[in-house]
Amino acid sequence: MDWFDSWALTLAVFIPLVGMAIVLLIPKAEEGLIKVVTLLTTLVTAAVGIGILANFNLDSGRLQFTANEEWIKVINSRYHVGIDGISLPLILLTMLVTVCCVIYSWNHFPEPHNPKAFLALVLLLETGMIGTFVAQDLILFFIFFELVLLPMFFMIGVWGGPNREYASIKFFLFTMFGSAFMLLSFLAMYFLSKVHTFDIVILSHLHGAGIVHGTQLLVFGGMFLGFAIKVPMFPFHTWLPDAHTEAPTVGSVLLAAVMLKLGTYGFIRIALPMLPSAAQSWAPWIGLLAVIGIIYGALCCLAQRDMKRLIAFSSVAHMGFVMLGIATLTDFGINAAVFGMVAHGLITGMLFFLAGSVQERYGTREISRLGGILTQAPKLGWLLGFSAMASLGLPGLAGFWGEFPAILSTYEPKLPFGLWDGSAGTLATYRTFMVISAIGTVLAAGYLLWMFQRVAMGTPKPEFENAHIHDLHTEEWIAFAPLLLLIVALGIYPQLLFKMTDLPVTQLVNGMTRALGLG
Amino acid sequence: MTLNNFLILSAFLFCTGLYGTLARRNAVLVLMSIELMLNAVNLNLVAFSAFRENVTGQVFSLFIITIAAAEVGVGLAIVLLIYRNSRSVDLDQADQLKG
Amino acid sequence: MLDNAWIIPAIPAVSFFLILFFGKRIPTKGAAIGITALGASFVLSCVAVYQWIDRVESATGGKSSGLAAFGRSLVTHGGETKPVVEPVLHHVTWWSNAGIDFGVGIRMDGLAVMMLFVVTLISLLVHIYSTAYLHNDIRYTHYYAMLSLFSAAMLTLVVADNTLQLMLGWEGVGLCSFALIGHWWEEGANSKAALKAFFTTRTGDIGLLIGVTVLFWAARSFDIGRINAYALSPRADHSMMLVAASCLMLAIIGKSGQFPLHTWLPDAMAGPTPVSALIHAATMVVAGVYLGARLYPVFWNGFSIGNGGVNFMVLIGGITIIIGALLAFVQDDIKKVLAYSTISQLGYMVMALGAGAWVAAVFHLFTHAFFKALLFLGAGSVSHSGSHHSFDMKKDMGGLRKFMPITFWTFIVGTLALAGIFPFAGFWSKDEILVTAGNSGYDFFLIVGLVGAFLTAAYMTRCVYLTFFGEYRGHGHPHESEPVITVPLIILAVFAVLAGFLNAAAFHIEKFASWVEPRVAFPELVHPAFDYPKAAISLSIAAIGIGVAAFFFFKREKLGKLNGLTERNKVAHAGYMFLVNKYYLDALYENVIVASIRGGIARGSYWFNQHVIDGVVNGTGKGTKAVGQWTYEFLDRKVVDGAVNGTAEVTAESGGLLRYFQAGRVQRYALYMFAAVGLLALLLLIANI
Repeated sequence: MDWFDSWALTLAVFIPLVGMAIVLLIPKAEEGLIKVVTLLTTLVTAAVGIGILANFNLDSGRLQFTANEEWIKVINSRYHVGIDGISLPLILLTMLVTVCCVIYSWNHFPEPHNPKAFLALVLLLETGMIGTFVAQDLILFFIFFELVLLPMFFMIGVWGGPNREYASIKFFLFTMFGSAFMLLSFLAMYFLSKVHTFDIVILSHLHGAGIVHGTQLLVFGGMFLGFAIKVPMFPFHTWLPDAHTEAPTVGSVLLAAVMLKLGTYGFIRIALPMLPSAAQSWAPWIGLLAVIGIIYGALCCLAQRDMKRLIAFSSVAHMGFVMLGIATLTDFGINAAVFGMVAHGLITGMLFFLAGSVQERYGTREISRLGGILTQAPKLGWLLGFSAMASLGLPGLAGFWGEFPAILSTYEPKLPFGLWDGSAGTLATYRTFMVISAIGTVLAAGYLLWMFQRVAMGTPKPEFENAHIHDLHTEEWIAFAPLLLLIVALGIYPQLLFKMTDLPVTQLVNGMTRALGLG
Repeated sequence: MTLNNFLILSAFLFCTGLYGTLARRNAVLVLMSIELMLNAVNLNLVAFSAFRENVTGQVFSLFIITIAAAEVGVGLAIVLLIYRNSRSVDLDQADQLKG
Repeated sequence: MLDNAWIIPAIPAVSFFLILFFGKRIPTKGAAIGITALGASFVLSCVAVYQWIDRVESATGGKSSGLAAFGRSLVTHGGETKPVVEPVLHHVTWWSNAGIDFGVGIRMDGLAVMMLFVVTLISLLVHIYSTAYLHNDIRYTHYYAMLSLFSAAMLTLVVADNTLQLMLGWEGVGLCSFALIGHWWEEGANSKAALKAFFTTRTGDIGLLIGVTVLFWAARSFDIGRINAYALSPRADHSMMLVAASCLMLAIIGKSGQFPLHTWLPDAMAGPTPVSALIHAATMVVAGVYLGARLYPVFWNGFSIGNGGVNFMVLIGGITIIIGALLAFVQDDIKKVLAYSTISQLGYMVMALGAGAWVAAVFHLFTHAFFKALLFLGAGSVSHSGSHHSFDMKKDMGGLRKFMPITFWTFIVGTLALAGIFPFAGFWSKDEILVTAGNSGYDFFLIVGLVGAFLTAAYMTRCVYLTFFGEYRGHGHPHESEPVITVPLIILAVFAVLAGFLNAAAFHIEKFASWVEPRVAFPELVHPAFDYPKAAISLSIAAIGIGVAAFFFFKREKLGKLNGLTERNKVAHAGYMFLVNKYYLDALYENVIVASIRGGIARGSYWFNQHVIDGVVNGTGKGTKAVGQWTYEFLDRKVVDGAVNGTAEVTAESGGLLRYFQAGRVQRYALYMFAAVGLLALLLLIANI
């Protein structure tokens, strides 16, 4: 299957684009055909993904399914794609969530209708997302990284809520602002490294050789800005609540499930291996911002009146755990981070789906107006409870494995699991982070269950007492089922994911350790 | 008869023509004055040609005569049209192109 | 079965899924599945118990094995020699990271099999009881599903061989507790109680999370055996153990309702009574005590229990005993009395652990499960058939002994056991706690325990009086409950009578100790002999307690001035109100801490987010817009465009100036021409000269 080896990733990235082209050619009125074509496209992409999974060698920590062709000779940028155990789960997540989104919106497109444009944008988004995860060249990465902004901008701006213009522009400009600095850093990497190349693999192996530490700090800072805004980290997060609240359900799901991961993935793939000594200097600060995000996100959640906005802030808190894991620069921590990314994608994607379902039935997301969903739509309420439990990190469900190893690693971010030499100051800092993040888990329980109690338990408010609220319909079940199964499966048997991530993460940390001359 | 005599005569005729071109109001008189200037120049050229044994001057004066003839034809046509339009050939009154 | 003990939690887990997906469609609506599953688990647990006892006895040198040895072991003395009896361990890789394998497994030793027995038995009885109690309930199937899930989680916790699996079970029971307390969530109060329970225990779980982490890094393993061995080894880092023990203590405080995180337990009574019996009396709340017992070496090292002296654990336990008992006095709701009683008894267990009385604590856990479950189920029976579904003793009960004899007598048995009257179970276990405390130098806490015993006897007498004596004050037609309810009561009553004899020190029976106390990785504990004087003192104090309370209630008229004291006397009234308001702790937690977090602090953060952070963002946007505006209005229009326009102006002006040369008169032009020519000629002339 040699051709598959070299073509798989290209297919995975560009099949959605081809699908989009086909959809654009179909006349607007043929809605059924458009939907079928889109679904087929996403399913074919997912099939490619399954093929990749089946042929993936779990015992090798190196890049697989690589393709390295000449592309833009003038700037020495090549079309280099490849995946390892860190990108693989993220790609699979993307493919899965996109399929679920297409199924979910089958009969429920937000106003103004226009499924053609909407689904075309979804496909374009899929291309951008998968492309970012497979790119092994900085310019290629950048292109895909920026590519996702456009379809999301339009999705929010056209199909969004009442404040959509503000939200979409804020999202676009804010993210682009960070990306500008990121691009500067990429260029700096090219010019300052010992080998002048944009190739991620080569630069990762160089570990920043040829760049002075002070400059490394600045270059890392540029990347940090670009990625941190995307994650989003405190205090660069304020675009997220607005974007999520105003976006249509599918937009929110894709944004939360996948797009936020582009930032954290960028840290793991690019920033950390390329600039390990800068990473070590920056890490405590990143950790600080991460734990602030955990607590702050939780506190803001408690003050929310809109369900979606609450879930949006919970994303800030969850990504805080992911970033904390990364900030420890340890095996456990980064493994936890990748697991947390996938778990968050599944769980928060699920929550946003449910919020969309609630809004569709009740016409509102305001918590004070909702109540007694368990009475009127018991299955919907039950799933809401299940997702809330998963989100607060109940052991036995996926979310726990994103949080617990992170907490584990913050206690002792030392060799041989991490980079630190165990100086007292570092340990004290990180252990403080650990305590604060543990408190964060309580707050997570607080806001999620409080929302659940007000919205699902109790009796319906007088406004909706006699409303005919139908429970989940078939599309929703089909869309939710894979997410639910995975949440439980990954929770009970986390080895499913850790088997993929462990080896490349260990190699990453070992590489960084060696580069820093430790261990 | 020396060259100077002819030159003085030519100069005298030229100046007279110049005075007529610049100071007279009647358009026809101005044209006549221009003729006078041209002929003065002719005289000049022929005089130089005769006294310097060079035929160029005479050839040149033939050109001038031809051009003068053409110019007078066009000029008189324009004056005629001016007269037809404004019933006068007073040049002081023909200042419509004033800026 | 010891080797395959993982089946025991697995069966209820499977039954959970079966009930969830198919329960509604089968005739008994899922109850049959649950009962069968728990029945199977119970039988298997009994097999496990038998196998373990066999293992211990044959290691002790018993000659024959099998049933005969089991029978003989029940009557012979406990051996003086304590051979090492290894627990049965099995382990499967769960996940691996950084080259370390983490797994799930089972650790079967005396403590585990004892808990298995207790949990499966009481769960089974509750399952059977609930068929009548929750008959026609709106959410019958869901209830049984949750009961199964709870049992599975609790059993997972019990057999866990590593702290991670323990944490899984721990949180799992927390989830089920949430679901079951809020079973009738249509009422806001019930869902609030469920949230409160989950929340308070979650706060304690911070301690569990951090404690497990610290222990992992200390012992480089999640394995309980290894952690215990590390804690007892000389290379153990004492300060780390202290931190770990303190953190785990926080978890115990939350889960086992110790002061100051006890406030969720009484509110948890909002759930159905069988749930209260199972979860909040016998099993889940003792998970904290179980944690303490399992990881005892950590506490032993961390809190320096072996050195005597007051430590955190014994202090908290002691405080809890008293405050729980005091609060039980002012409750009108029978379940709340029992809830505070549970808090108080849990305090005994924790205090015992803190005083080095491991066997006593675990034994008290064992006996308490039976008689407390009995009391709760008895209360449920009263409510079901006697007081028309009410739990208010003052308003709806009274004189029920005439109508509900079985319930009455079993309740009396439970009360006597709880009060610690010879020869019921509670006497032996509570006594052992007091004796060990006294012997290990924790004299103050011995007194605390005795005071607690007095209060326990007194408030239970009050409870019994208000419920079963006097005149019937309710509105229903009281009658005895059906056998499905009374038979479990009788079974539990039998245990409440007999269970104590497993460790009746007076008769030199120490079977329980020899079977349950770990021999591996366990500190050397003091086992005082039965102390007749202390036993007599505690017995008499309990008797006095009953007597005083009985006198107060039965002979009310003779009290004269003491009657209505709390209403007339301001000091007494203040004390009464202090108790009724639960020491204002709830007010502190809910109105101050939670409200400020949820209200002020959360809103403050959000305000900060919207106005400060977003203010910066929006301000940047506005600022950028203003800069753009300025750039456009000033720079572009005035400066740049000004230059452009200025150029045009100059051109126009100069044109205007030049137009004066345009007179329109031909002769003027001719004049200019000739003048210029003349000038040039002159110049030429001058230049050439």
